[in-house]
Amino acid sequence: MDLILILEQTLNGVQLGMLLFLLTAGLTLVFGIMDLVNLAHGSLYMMGAYFFATFTRLTGSFLLGAVLALVATLILGIVVEIVALRRLYARDHLDHVLGTFGLILFFNEAARLVWGPAGMSIPLPPYLARAIEILPGVPYSAYKASIIVVGLAVAGFLYWLVGRTRIGMLIRAGASNREMVGALGVNIRLLFTLVFGLGAALAGLAGVMDAPIRTVQIGMGENILILAFVVVVIGGIGSIRGAFVASILVGLIDVMGRAFLPELLKLFMTPIAASTAAPAISSMLIYVAMAGVLVFRPEGLFPARGG
Amino acid sequence: MKSLDARGWTALALILLLVAVPPLARTFDQNFYLLLFTRVVIMTTAAISLNLILGYGGMVSFGHAMYVGIGAYAVGISSFHGLNDGWAQMALAMAVAAVAALAIGAMSLRTKGVYFIMITLAFAQMIYFVAVGLSRYGGDDGLTVKRRSDFGLFGLKDPAVLYYVALAVMLAALWLSWRMVNSRFGLVLRGAKSNDRRMAAIGFATYRYRLAGFVVAGTMCAVAGVLLANFSDFVSPATMHWTRSGDLIVMVVLGGMGSLFGPLFGTVAFLLLEEVLSGITEAWQIIFGPLLLALVLYARGGIDGLLAKRTERGDG
Repeated sequence: MDLILILEQTLNGVQLGMLLFLLTAGLTLVFGIMDLVNLAHGSLYMMGAYFFATFTRLTGSFLLGAVLALVATLILGIVVEIVALRRLYARDHLDHVLGTFGLILFFNEAARLVWGPAGMSIPLPPYLARAIEILPGVPYSAYKASIIVVGLAVAGFLYWLVGRTRIGMLIRAGASNREMVGALGVNIRLLFTLVFGLGAALAGLAGVMDAPIRTVQIGMGENILILAFVVVVIGGIGSIRGAFVASILVGLIDVMGRAFLPELLKLFMTPIAASTAAPAISSMLIYVAMAGVLVFRPEGLFPARGG
Repeated sequence: MKSLDARGWTALALILLLVAVPPLARTFDQNFYLLLFTRVVIMTTAAISLNLILGYGGMVSFGHAMYVGIGAYAVGISSFHGLNDGWAQMALAMAVAAVAALAIGAMSLRTKGVYFIMITLAFAQMIYFVAVGLSRYGGDDGLTVKRRSDFGLFGLKDPAVLYYVALAVMLAALWLSWRMVNSRFGLVLRGAKSNDRRMAAIGFATYRYRLAGFVVAGTMCAVAGVLLANFSDFVSPATMHWTRSGDLIVMVVLGGMGSLFGPLFGTVAFLLLEEVLSGITEAWQIIFGPLLLALVLYARGGIDGLLAKRTERGDG
């Protein structure tokens, strides 16, 4: 087969994986530390994308718009935490699901009211819209390459933050024993709010970076949220390392399946049957992978310690 | 037999009202209400089935709309191929739903808590994408049901007949869930909800009981799907979109989890609220979302809980 095509699709898979990682890192942090199932995480991603669309139009600058959108999502996340989610920490998971389901409905409708039902697209600036040569003779979209770079940078940052800093120490301590950390005089409420804000900003970053590739529209956060859930289940809840590995795994499986499965099926099926079956089967692949992981490791690939 | 309490009276009144809907609708020439209440009755059956596992079994399945979809597609696909026999369609729907529930339950019940929520959601999403990928049967756009199911003795063409069939199914589901919950099986299920380890320690294979409950609930829910496809003359993947599963959970919790009539109260309240709010503003979900949050925060027992409180106060 065409080696360049394979290389390109691998990079696409890693790129999707990086977006998933940004989304999942926040989800798994919030779950691991606050024990909160946040369905509205996808809404924060959507709001990030909408903020980005608005701010780039207002400022006329791609980068400035992105930074402003990140700050806006961070603030939105903190407000949501203080107004609503803080009251849910002590409740059970079903309450989390229902309450944050309510938030999704609210945000979708709010986005419809503010930005209208039509989707928005964000044009890339010329320096990102071109292709760069990653290997001699192998061109690749500069923007997608930049997503991979940003994703790796965030992964490195989180590794440093959680593993090497005082805040990270508190985060890890909070994950294994909340009451004890509180009893030692740490302002646990503030810590939770900060962690939630961080998760929201990461979701916003994913939304910002995904926005130019797909259309900004209502409900865009929901499908990717479910992919993020699959990642969390595969990687193990509460584990950032697991989220990173599982994100890339899911990204690769999804992209490669869509790209190569039709060709693969044609080897032993009629072309018509292959082209009907391929979309259905390739969209099932990641769920099959999840089921496979569950059968052998019900706690995920990297179960978080403690908790 | 003890006398009826507030919730018993409410349930009785509600059921009598439901029985009277078709003649009332005809008298006042309000066909709209017949259609609205057909939807209520069908969705109540689905909510009753979810309540079995969610309310009594403590299994937060976030993929229950999938079984509605399976039932609906059983009708859609078989009628597409010219099979309109209602009994055969019903058997097909229930069999496919039972197999799906067995496979999904066997895998997801190995996990607990939030994993279970996410996994049931993910599997339902998988089936959703399979339906989207069925380009022969309309794919994303869905499929029109050209002829409604024919049950030999009766067809479902007449809206009033469809309504009474749906109501009979709903009452049967209520009776079945009452019998199940109070049987030995139901006691084990409820025991496993409150303390799984203890139930296991006194010798019950709780996993098997859970799985059986999961399969029964899925199969029951598929019947609602069969009726829904006949009601709307249309099936599409949207029937099993994950937000529909969320709606079902809302219905059960709004009515009161783990109570016999909770799903009935909840579904009536949910669909009427949707009707009223969407009459006020097109953006009704902007009100409904925060309302849901308030329900979670302040009215945990749902409608059934409010009625029960009233009774206690009356007694004391």
